[in-house]
Amino acid sequence: MSFIKNAQKILQENIREYGMFIALFVIMAFFTWRTEGLFISSRNISNLLNQTGYIAVLAVGMTLVIVIRCIDLSVGFLAGFLGAVAAIALVFWGLPVYVVIPLVLALGIVAGLLTAFLVAQMGIPSFVASLAGWLIYRGAIQLVTAGTGTIIIPDEAFNAIGNGFIPDIFPAEAGPLPGVHKLTLILGLLGIIVFIVNEINGRRKKQAYNFEVLPMDMFILKLVFVSALVGGIIWVLAGYQGLSWTAVVVLIVVLVYDFITSQTVLGRHIYAIGGNPEAAELSGISVKRLTYVVFGSMGMLSALSGILFASRLQSATTTAGTLFELDAIAAAFVGGVSAAGGVGKIMGSLIGALVMLSLTSGMNLMGIDISLQYLVRGAVLAAAVIFDVATRRRGK
Amino acid sequence: MNSPILEMKNITKEFPGVKALNNVSFRVAEDEIHCLVGENGAGKSTLMKVLSGVYPHGSYTGDIVFGGDVQRFRGISDSEKAGIAIIYQELALVPEMTVYENIFLGHEIRNGLMVDWNETIKRAGEVLKKVRLNVTPSVKVKDLGVGKQQLVEIAKALSRDVKLLILDEPTSALNVDDSENLLSLLRELKNHGVTCVLISHKLKEVIEIADSVTVLRDGQTICTLDAHKGEVSEHALIKHMVGREIDNIYPKRERKQIGDPVLEVRSWNAYNPALGRTILKDINFNIRKGEIVGFAGLMGSGRTELALSLFGNPDGYRLDGEMIVEGRKKHFKHPQDAIKAGVAYVTEDRKGDGLILIQDVKQNITLANLSKISSRGVVNSNAEVQVANEYKATLNIKTPSIEQKVANLSGGNQQKVSVAKWLFVQPDILILDEPTRGIDVGAKYEIYTIMTRLVEQGMSIIMISSELPEVLGMSDRVYVVSSGKITGELPIKEATQEKIMQLATD
Repeated sequence: MSFIKNAQKILQENIREYGMFIALFVIMAFFTWRTEGLFISSRNISNLLNQTGYIAVLAVGMTLVIVIRCIDLSVGFLAGFLGAVAAIALVFWGLPVYVVIPLVLALGIVAGLLTAFLVAQMGIPSFVASLAGWLIYRGAIQLVTAGTGTIIIPDEAFNAIGNGFIPDIFPAEAGPLPGVHKLTLILGLLGIIVFIVNEINGRRKKQAYNFEVLPMDMFILKLVFVSALVGGIIWVLAGYQGLSWTAVVVLIVVLVYDFITSQTVLGRHIYAIGGNPEAAELSGISVKRLTYVVFGSMGMLSALSGILFASRLQSATTTAGTLFELDAIAAAFVGGVSAAGGVGKIMGSLIGALVMLSLTSGMNLMGIDISLQYLVRGAVLAAAVIFDVATRRRGK
Repeated sequence: MNSPILEMKNITKEFPGVKALNNVSFRVAEDEIHCLVGENGAGKSTLMKVLSGVYPHGSYTGDIVFGGDVQRFRGISDSEKAGIAIIYQELALVPEMTVYENIFLGHEIRNGLMVDWNETIKRAGEVLKKVRLNVTPSVKVKDLGVGKQQLVEIAKALSRDVKLLILDEPTSALNVDDSENLLSLLRELKNHGVTCVLISHKLKEVIEIADSVTVLRDGQTICTLDAHKGEVSEHALIKHMVGREIDNIYPKRERKQIGDPVLEVRSWNAYNPALGRTILKDINFNIRKGEIVGFAGLMGSGRTELALSLFGNPDGYRLDGEMIVEGRKKHFKHPQDAIKAGVAYVTEDRKGDGLILIQDVKQNITLANLSKISSRGVVNSNAEVQVANEYKATLNIKTPSIEQKVANLSGGNQQKVSVAKWLFVQPDILILDEPTRGIDVGAKYEIYTIMTRLVEQGMSIIMISSELPEVLGMSDRVYVVSSGKITGELPIKEATQEKIMQLATD
């Protein structure tokens, strides 16, 4: 009895933090039920993650942009344009993949720095500056694909990024668990172990300082819940072809950005600017310099998104990147980023992206009309932000 | 004396924890110019906000009788209808609109559903003539100087058929000519049946123009003086404005021999391009090691601007002059440079530009010197907790935990977090801008004790303060700032409230 009461209390107090996880869980459970298990099938989940990839990396970058009270509308067509550049470099210039990828990422950084120049140096509102970028990159993508139309990419290594899976260390049919991707399982288990060890260490440290920690039973419940969720997804993936390269890329990006935002001086400065730019400036933080850093990173992630998308389609098209920016912004807001600045977690935005893409995927499987899909996604976005604002107000 | 046009009787207005107005009575006779004077925080603005309905009926106790009737204003529009107009220091004009649009904003002249622009322009021309402003009504307000904008504000009030015109420090942003012009206009309006209440810090101006003067101090009416009976003089005003004993809340401190200068500023000028005027003129001063130097003056006299111009100039003033820190000429391009050189600045407005309210105590304390507790850019969270706990203990910050959001702390404790943040950068020179504004006496005493301890350890403190008792109680030396200039330097032994007030209202 007290266990359930405890759980209720903890849940109520931390509803903001856990709300998104629960929402994702509910959405997935709902679609699994409505599609008679089709939604949770290995193949569908694997596809879902690959589709989320190119939006998720944008959402990660967008989180930081919104945290410093800016917005970047140019990222969608920038991704499309840089995807086309990658295709041209591979097909027409004959450059190898290991040259093309760093080159495109570098171009992305340059593009981001250009936007930052307009925002930080010229004092143009980011909405306007990036809207100009939106138009320019839209024109640019049509310009470079004008002669050729869609450019088919024949490079296998490049296309593997969006379609391939990590190799297995054991032959698939041999040993125990035939037909299961063993390396994926091992990595998943490792991930869960690292997570649990980290949590226990963090809890000990907090106790040493006499900070408030979750009661033991709740702590265990949290560990079990997260481990089960991650373990479940890993098990489902391992049953198909294992972890895709896209998932690996997204995981690395999310882990690196999560580390930067939560553990480093750079991250703290970025959140300080979002919380109070005047106070940050007077504390010796250069708002200008960090605007360059944040937009530069956004540009790089746009390039990455473009690579993931082109690789997934195995081609560069004239319309690539259309509306990506709005999907990324929606994902960030669903994930709890505050439009007022200074608040928002990388992990939240990833979950936000998964929520939005799960909705699309689930409704597609159910055969729901596309116009209705937009209505539902719009309602979910509004509901998520209302929930966020309401819980924040109560928190005060 | 004429019959009263306005009588405010026994007005009491409380904010949580503070009695801003305590049984204040204020009586203005018809067709006079009545000045309202008092130190910062005496309650002048609060009284005017009660009168104009910013604080609606019911949020205060007492009666307002205006034009013979008891009034219950629920908002500004009510008091405007009754014929009261207030012109604030920050002008309430829309810069991108024309003069005539501004004058009739909110009470447009209509012709059916449409605005009758022709009639508007004609009538605007008429009121502009009344205020002797010679501009085309179709010019945009942003293209006018501050003095002319002020006249547009008055024209706007006159276009509404105002009976009582209240001006809150109208001349503080004006040059001498514009001020003179404004004052003579007020005299003329008086002759045309417009009663005027003028809030001003410039005593000379008050003496020149007032028919009567009411002095407020600490939220109470001290007296009303009649100029025609010869009761108004600079001496009398200052005496009534400051006349209180210095509370004995200043920690005793041995004034040891003061060391070498750590900061010298010579012929320092600053021009603010955003305002389009010079804000600091020929500033010269020095600070010695282990010394507390008070910068006294009224709000808006340029003390904060001076601090900002020294502290890396974040607002982008055009500077000119020399700054010498510990014997070396310095030029700070960013607050970062100032911090590195050992200068720290605790801002006046801790909520606005001092703290990050949505972050917790420890994050705020370490923000300005994160590199000290990090290696290779990664913050050591253990070290951070230790640092925050140390400051929590030494400054006696009352918070349930260092993980509490700063927004949830009381004003005094927020101020201590601000101070802790800047002590953590281990400065040689600490600039405190209004260090005890809006905090209770107990917390004040603690801040004073901390300051005393710091100078004993060899730190030098610049204390900017509008509170004279604090300036006199804490400083070793006092500079008085007025209108962007240093108007006097007083050793503490020679400094008195009266002398400082005289220099500050120069």
